[in-house]
Amino acid sequence: MRRIPWTHFAAPQTFYGLAGVCWKPLAFLALALAVAGMWVGFMVAPTDAQQGEGYRIIFWHVPVSWMSMIIYLAMAFWGVVCLVFRARMAGMLSQALAPTGALFAFLSLWTGALWGKPMWGAWWVWDARLTSELILFFLYIGFIALTSAIEDPRRADRAGALVAIVGALNVPIIYFSVKWWNTLHQGASVSLNRAPSMAQTMLWGMLLMALACWVYALAMVLYRSRSLILQRERHADWVAQLPECQPGVPA
Amino acid sequence: MASHLTLGLRARDLSCIRGGKTLFAALDVSVLPGQSLHLQGDNGSGKTSLLRLLAGLSEPARGDILWGGRPMAQVRETYQQDMLYLGHALALKEGLSALENLQFAAAMTGQAWSPDAVTKALRQMGLRGREHMPLQVLSQGQKRRVALARLSLSPAHLWLLDEPFVALDAAACELLLGLMQDHVGQGGMLVFTSHQALSWRGGEHRSLRLGAP
Amino acid sequence: MRALWSLWRRDMLLALRRPSEVLTVVFFFVVVAALFPLAIGPERPTLRMLAPGVLWVGALLASLLALNRLFEADHRDGTLEQMLLSGTPLTLLVVAKIAAHWVLCGLPLVLLAPLLGVLFDLSGDALGVLALSLLIGTPVLSCLGAIGAALTLGLRGGGVLLALLVLPLFVPVLVFGAGAVEALAAGLGSGAHLSILMALLLLSGLFSPWACAQALRIALE
Repeated sequence: MRRIPWTHFAAPQTFYGLAGVCWKPLAFLALALAVAGMWVGFMVAPTDAQQGEGYRIIFWHVPVSWMSMIIYLAMAFWGVVCLVFRARMAGMLSQALAPTGALFAFLSLWTGALWGKPMWGAWWVWDARLTSELILFFLYIGFIALTSAIEDPRRADRAGALVAIVGALNVPIIYFSVKWWNTLHQGASVSLNRAPSMAQTMLWGMLLMALACWVYALAMVLYRSRSLILQRERHADWVAQLPECQPGVPA
Repeated sequence: MASHLTLGLRARDLSCIRGGKTLFAALDVSVLPGQSLHLQGDNGSGKTSLLRLLAGLSEPARGDILWGGRPMAQVRETYQQDMLYLGHALALKEGLSALENLQFAAAMTGQAWSPDAVTKALRQMGLRGREHMPLQVLSQGQKRRVALARLSLSPAHLWLLDEPFVALDAAACELLLGLMQDHVGQGGMLVFTSHQALSWRGGEHRSLRLGAP
Repeated sequence: MRALWSLWRRDMLLALRRPSEVLTVVFFFVVVAALFPLAIGPERPTLRMLAPGVLWVGALLASLLALNRLFEADHRDGTLEQMLLSGTPLTLLVVAKIAAHWVLCGLPLVLLAPLLGVLFDLSGDALGVLALSLLIGTPVLSCLGAIGAALTLGLRGGGVLLALLVLPLFVPVLVFGAGAVEALAAGLGSGAHLSILMALLLLSGLFSPWACAQALRIALE
């Protein structure tokens, strides 16, 4: 297998170039996948026998829930890289991931509530998974709040990395405790995981939407990290020589 | 004989970035036993940052620091036990007395200073009769003298002092200068920052000016 | 070892000479516990049902308040830096700090909770389990909170930021702590909850000091 020069892209300057080339095509790809996924989910997939039309919200709910978890794990991964290898890009990637992850967690909560209302008759019933998702959302907000409050970029990176790692290690414990709490109090036993028996088309719809979310997250991370790089490296020579930083060029 | 006593402290190609700005780059610093180094420079030129780097409180953006010829990361514990850093803050608890503060400092660094020795050091710094008072009733200058009393008690070979002359009256300045010169005279190493011009008697005393020329 | 003991003694001595900080935390707990009946009404069955949750949340908030002070004073007067440079492993020093902090701010909550539980008409057994759950749970809060306190050292808005960071991590302790007392009331026995709390204590006791020491190094760079 041809050796990929990963460390080459670990320098902000080269990463900036790579991200600049990639993010727009990825964004369009995400849009295309989302349109395809929604067409399958809302037009093609059959009406569910038990839940009627309302179930279609899972085509948004399940993918964004998955992504909110995966992004947090990615943040923790880059956090480890940042602390162990002291890589500058790793810290920036974690911070670039956070807002998208928080957005997905937020969407998960809303779509969960929108699904819950026709199912249980209430907007929020403290279901174990939704409650864990809420706590995950708080973890994201905590990360963003801490990294915004620290002025020194290096300290912000490393503090954020530690928060992400500690959070990621705690998420299984939190999930377990919330599940226990839920069963003990005989909370809503309708499990959002027990999806209706999946027709092939439903599965395709969810897969397309999940892919769309993933590609979207990739595009947003690349885009956002470009801003972070410009901010951090603004005193460097290579930034002054960028075409978009020349005087007279429209922003 | 321990290697640091011949090779001392050596920093190579040091660079420090604070808040996005490069304070200094490709800096070489070396202090051998019996030498002292006076860091000078305007406010914000990186004197405190350099001292903190040498103390091991922060990591340099580039370069490395050697103690006795070995990288500091490898000998951190022994280095810390043989080094005394006094920063801007006094590192004293207001709720404790001078005696209690110094005894705590001793316990933390694994030293065993007898109360008599500590009392003697405090008296040498002009604090007779104030050893048992809570620090909050002492003046700023007196508190500084308590912090400096650590110098005469500590067996550390390397002293890193950040602005040690601040808030000291003329007599105390003389005392401190005497302590510093004695330390260097006996083969110790000293790096300090100060805005004051000093009349250094004998010994190998060098200056390093940081910041834009 | 001597350094640890000396640090622990120093913190206890300082708190004894200036007890106001510790007392404010304790009184906060009392006030919060007293506010709830005023808000929900004095019916005994209601109070008895809500007591475990209310008292646990009160203890949690009081712990949070106290956590702010864990490293702040040492950071301000420079003693924290000296601790980093002392040659004693920072992880061990953190253990001493957390231990002193718990004895000063956590243990009073454990001792006070049964008294407040009487105000909520809890039975004798329930009071015992409440105290036990707090005895095991408050050190976990101190351990986890210490990481947050170290990360937010010196930041503006530190207290609220600390709460934001650390409250999600407190959820398991709250669930099993309050759950222990509720399980007793439901006739299920609190053994399982208390065992899980012990496990959380062991886990956090083993890993938090190390994580906290890393956070302190990051904060002091």
